[in-house]
Amino acid sequence: MTARRLARGGLVDRSVPLAFRFDGMDLSGFAGDTVASALMANNVALVGRSFKLHRPRGFFGAGHEDGIMVSRLAPRPATNQLATVTPLEADASYVSVSTWPDARRDVGAVAQWFSRLLPAGFYYKTFMAPNWHLFEPFIRGAAGLGRVPDPAWQPVSESRYGDCDVLVVGAGPAGLGAALTAARSGASVMLVDDGEGPGGRLVSDGIDDGGWASRTFAELHTMASVRLLCRATVWGYHEHNLLTVIERRPADAPDLDLRNWKIRAGQVVIAAGAHERPIPFADGDRPGIMLASAARSFLHRHGVLAGERAVVFANNDSARGAALDLAAAGAAVTLVDIRPDPGGTQAAMLAGRGVTLVAGGCVLRAIGRKRVEAVQLRQADGRLSTFPCDLVAVSGGWNPAFHLASQTREARSVWHDDLATFVASHGEGRFRLAGAARGIFEAGACIRDGVEAGQAAVRTLGRTGPAIEAPDLDDPFVARSVAPLWFVPPRRPGEKVFVDLSGDVTTADLGLALREGYDSIELVKRYTTAGMGVDQGKSGNVNVIGIVGALTGQATDLVGTTTFRPPFVPVEFGAIAGARQQARLYPWRHTPLADWHLARGAVMYEAGLRWQRPGYYPLPGEDGKAAASREARAVRNGVGVYDGTPLGKFQIKGPDAGRLLDLVYISDFGKVAVGRGKYGVMMSDDGLIMDDGVAFRLAENRWLLHSSTGAADKVHAHLEQIMQVHRPDWQVSILPVTTQWANATLCGPRARDLLAALKPDFDISRAALPFMGMAEGHLGTIPVRVFRVSWTGEMSFELNTPARHATALWEMVMAAGAPFAITPVGSEANHILRVEAGYISTGHEVDGTADPYDLGLGALVSATKPDFLGKHAMMMRRALDPERCELVGLLPGDPERSVPEGAPLTPGGDKVGQEGFVSACVRSVALDRVIALGLLRRGRSRMGEIVHARVRNEIVPLRVVAPVFHDADRARVRS
Amino acid sequence: MLQISCPWCGTRPEGEFICLGEAVPPRPDPAALSEAEWAAALANRANIRGLHAERWWHVRSCGRILTIWRDTVSHAIVPPPDGTAALEVKP
Repeated sequence: MTARRLARGGLVDRSVPLAFRFDGMDLSGFAGDTVASALMANNVALVGRSFKLHRPRGFFGAGHEDGIMVSRLAPRPATNQLATVTPLEADASYVSVSTWPDARRDVGAVAQWFSRLLPAGFYYKTFMAPNWHLFEPFIRGAAGLGRVPDPAWQPVSESRYGDCDVLVVGAGPAGLGAALTAARSGASVMLVDDGEGPGGRLVSDGIDDGGWASRTFAELHTMASVRLLCRATVWGYHEHNLLTVIERRPADAPDLDLRNWKIRAGQVVIAAGAHERPIPFADGDRPGIMLASAARSFLHRHGVLAGERAVVFANNDSARGAALDLAAAGAAVTLVDIRPDPGGTQAAMLAGRGVTLVAGGCVLRAIGRKRVEAVQLRQADGRLSTFPCDLVAVSGGWNPAFHLASQTREARSVWHDDLATFVASHGEGRFRLAGAARGIFEAGACIRDGVEAGQAAVRTLGRTGPAIEAPDLDDPFVARSVAPLWFVPPRRPGEKVFVDLSGDVTTADLGLALREGYDSIELVKRYTTAGMGVDQGKSGNVNVIGIVGALTGQATDLVGTTTFRPPFVPVEFGAIAGARQQARLYPWRHTPLADWHLARGAVMYEAGLRWQRPGYYPLPGEDGKAAASREARAVRNGVGVYDGTPLGKFQIKGPDAGRLLDLVYISDFGKVAVGRGKYGVMMSDDGLIMDDGVAFRLAENRWLLHSSTGAADKVHAHLEQIMQVHRPDWQVSILPVTTQWANATLCGPRARDLLAALKPDFDISRAALPFMGMAEGHLGTIPVRVFRVSWTGEMSFELNTPARHATALWEMVMAAGAPFAITPVGSEANHILRVEAGYISTGHEVDGTADPYDLGLGALVSATKPDFLGKHAMMMRRALDPERCELVGLLPGDPERSVPEGAPLTPGGDKVGQEGFVSACVRSVALDRVIALGLLRRGRSRMGEIVHARVRNEIVPLRVVAPVFHDADRARVRS
Repeated sequence: MLQISCPWCGTRPEGEFICLGEAVPPRPDPAALSEAEWAAALANRANIRGLHAERWWHVRSCGRILTIWRDTVSHAIVPPPDGTAALEVKP
């Protein structure tokens, strides 16, 4: 009793045999096979195990409505390949997923015996305590998803843009009609089909169209304005007619595995066809039971007869075509139609063509474990019998595939009584449904409907779509007069009626969800996972809706559908990314000195906003900590130089520039003299610190504002909004100039001596160039602008030069600095130095909750300005809760004990709510011990107290001290 | 991905813009508001299902901030129903 390949028929090329392996068996198929059809042709019925219970499974559908996946070991190792749409390749090797050792002898099948213990919601209820993540790896391992056979191999993918006047989804009768008339009107057309070739139902149902489909496809092929995509699926309908398409093994690029298209279409014709749905019955998931359309498709597309003794189980006319085709191919066919009088007098016609009709009958249960061996039948008069068979082809009606239309949120789904399913309304003019996708099933009518849709589409573009000479087609058996039957109730408790094969969901699971109060269809879906499997409920979802309606006593249309969302089919993330991965998606930013740093042996990493900066410059044999300490000591004792290029820089210009700074900073800027700078803290209007930095007044109406490296984009957006939206009448503009300037920051007690050695043509004396002063001039021939700012607690000169002079300036500094033992310093040393000096840092102390008073910057808050951004909210918040976390210094009891940054401070170190946290912790070179900064509730009033940090299960005592460990009177900074 | 019409640059893809959210009115004077009113102005947004005004910053092109009217369900962008200019530019 077998499935077998027929001598004739189908689109496979019998002159090209392809040897392949599946689960250790050596098999053979033909060119043109899918993995699924080749397995069917070899009579391999059991091809996988179900997702949760590991029940034996075979192919249920012939396309994306099926859920059987395989892993491909060779060529190009990959997993989770849908067998029904994966072309068979020569000498390929496949294995079933989530089975061990293979699908036939799967050990995990013991899960079936415990199925009573695995109802819907089982995992949510059982694995709550102590932590879901403890159980997750085991459950995921047992569930039905494959392991990547060889992670080293990655699919080669491409991401590509396209555009067209008319995008036609589906190359069945309706899609071909629409594409042809649109193309003949002169419009540019893209025709996308997820099969290997055109025709849709004309091919899979073996409808004689006299060659119309291939002639039409050939004509489209010759037209320069038409692009045909086969083996491609439109998976998303996004805003403003942007559609995403996944193309597998593109015909024009043999080196590509996947190509993801983003296509902007003028008009869209959705001719995606329809999905047949089952009539679920007890044990109706056994291998050998499939949709009638699948049996028909395997027959006509691949020349494979799925069984020799077939029962066709139906509630509508369409399955009659399948019954007749299977009989014509040599199978003994019994048509069990639940309708007492299906279509009147056709019993004789069916009998004459080899089909026995059982009108008013019903299939109650499948018999057989690894393959269906018989069904239990109930005749119209109530008699029960056991009927041997090796194939059950089932048809419970058809669901139009309007998913894409529904994704637009413009089409509404409405109930159609005669078809017993949902159909969709048209949209607001940018797309149309055609053919089976809107419930028109007869093939000739589909062509005509497609032509009308194509004409309507091009009309909106000012074109005229010509009429098409459509053939008369003989297609008498389509879904109509559907007698809805959502499932056959089991006769004995414990019999399983699977309604969603991909998610392993039974009718009992749906009942349980409803009993437990998950009464909306969206909740039923999430609780049971119905419709959330690989097939996304393409065939079974309407059954789920119907069953929920029946169990709750609601009309099916009132239950409604779940929300349709992309992707329509599973899409690999790698295909969406294409080549744009990691640094190619988010490029690094490099200063003009990157090569200099690398040549110097710098270890580079990101320092905010994708800027690559030197972390430290290790000497041979030196680790990162030792290098950072050495660099920091050089700054404390001599002179260092660091690359401050990435610091955000904005030129603010205009008569109202001062007003803008007074609005965005907490301090008074109006009185700053030309040639002087001022430190400012910038708050958002909700009273929290956004950033800090120094602004220099370059001229009466021209300022240079500095932001921290990582906050530059945020500060830019903030200032633009204020200027363009909130103060559009102010005369002020902003120009980002970060990358126009390169920087060498000299810092340390010998910094002025070094600057003098660089032969400045300007006065660098303490009187002429004091802290927060600036100067412009030349060092030799190199133009510089010098700012006196410090973030290290030492005298600093920030030398800025137009970016093209960067390397020359650095080389000059290094040469002149040799007698001073100048040391290049990286971010790590900078971090040590700023913690010692007690300077705050965005992302550490500025954590999104702190305000200036908390950080000891209350003296900077203007006493005279009635308003600045953030003032009002800050004052309101402080009045509500005066017990704020305040910046403190922290000294561990053990001077060598480090505490991780972010460690919580809790009263007594107990496992209770935290009273602060450690914001930074370094080994100080000035004090030769570990020091830390932190935010602590009422911290400033707790000096000398011992507080406790929790580090996992260890408690580290820390003494609260002032948050300045070096140069407390700032004498060195101001020298 | 939306297509947004910039009065300076023409129709451009969404990727050139940064969304700045609902088009709130210019910042009021906090002294003129009660605390509750100020908190509402800071935090409350209409979050409309349907047509609303929102701001986009054309950061990767002209740098202007535009106000557009967009249906949050269908994403249709329509001319401003109140007749205001799409672009809030300085006089």
